[in-house]
Amino acid sequence: MAEEVREFWRWPESRWANPDIDWKQGKIITSGVDVGSVSTQAVIVVDGELYAFSSTRTGSDSPDSALKGLNMALEGTGMTADNIDYCIGTGYGRVNVPMAQQTITEIACHARGANFVYGPGVRTVMDMGGQDCKAIRCDERGKVIKFMMNDKCAAGTGRGMEVFADLIGVPVWEIGPRSFQVEKEPPMISSTCVVFAKSEVVGLLEEGEPENDIIAAYCAAMAHRIVELLNRLGIEKEFAITGGIAKNEGVVKRLENETGVKTMEKVWYNPEYNSRGYPFDTQIIGALGAALFAMALLERGRVKSARKA
Amino acid sequence: MLANYGFKDGSGDWFLVIDTDKCDGCGKCVAVCPANVLEVGSDDYDPFREEPVAKVREEERKKIRYSCASCRPGYGEKPAPCVVACEPGAISHSEGWKLLYGK
Repeated sequence: MAEEVREFWRWPESRWANPDIDWKQGKIITSGVDVGSVSTQAVIVVDGELYAFSSTRTGSDSPDSALKGLNMALEGTGMTADNIDYCIGTGYGRVNVPMAQQTITEIACHARGANFVYGPGVRTVMDMGGQDCKAIRCDERGKVIKFMMNDKCAAGTGRGMEVFADLIGVPVWEIGPRSFQVEKEPPMISSTCVVFAKSEVVGLLEEGEPENDIIAAYCAAMAHRIVELLNRLGIEKEFAITGGIAKNEGVVKRLENETGVKTMEKVWYNPEYNSRGYPFDTQIIGALGAALFAMALLERGRVKSARKA
Repeated sequence: MLANYGFKDGSGDWFLVIDTDKCDGCGKCVAVCPANVLEVGSDDYDPFREEPVAKVREEERKKIRYSCASCRPGYGEKPAPCVVACEPGAISHSEGWKLLYGK
């Protein structure tokens, strides 16, 4: 009998469509597709309101992943890609989004998306992605006023966390909660380099260090690396984290402790979105920003609708 | 906008910083750069900006530490040619090279 192979890095994919909107009544339908190194998101916006989104894993083929993401968001809505007025690609694989009319950098999109999601008060946005992290300062309109990225290597990023989860045999979404089940905070892993951290973790496991302590030590190291980048940019309140790592409380709480700055609560700025129970997902913010840019560019007459049906 | 092109690693901060609010897209920096690091084009970080802006070429961003090193930015009295050429004073370098070459 074949042994069941568990893949602890495999986070669940998701999709959602807004039951309160009839897209056929909408005037302008735009979409944003964010093809990241690890995950792909597609967001559909109808007249500037969130209509549907999907979050899926990026495969080895970027155009395929982009199509998969968009089809997943459209599933069951009756809408097809031909009904979309304008689509913008963003993220690491943005040049490989076949249905996009234009591309915009993920830095601009995350600032714009965070402005919509967290409200005009947000000033510092930290996008913690699959393979890099970006520190962004923006103004009350969501325009980038300063940015800095660290894409030299994948240390302290989402992919690093996935590799770690697989190594230690704990599902990636349990890393956060488990990192707090420690008697006292252990010293952090000394390197966030995925390769070095991996051998350090193996060493700690061999020494019989409790699993949760190693998890805490890794989360602390990751938080520390992000703080270094943030210090270079300067944290200005309000501060929000976007991307997949924002879902890992083990990293977020340690980052807050180290900087002394609380991150913004994960709720929609628009109170209606909260009362209607729209799901809050930090991973869709880049794609949402792209869809909002598409809407704004159409409204300003800077681009023409590419709608076919 | 302060556009920080480059990276930070264990050895220091390696960023070429362009203040896009000061940059008028004249392209003089592109002409004087011996390593062909810069270009003028549309603003990748502000889709609403219509005027062209100076930026670091995409393929140079991850190796800027080495590309900019030949000019020794931050070394002694002689600033990098791009910094001298820029009349509005939009270009600067982070501390990495200063610590490496500075006095």
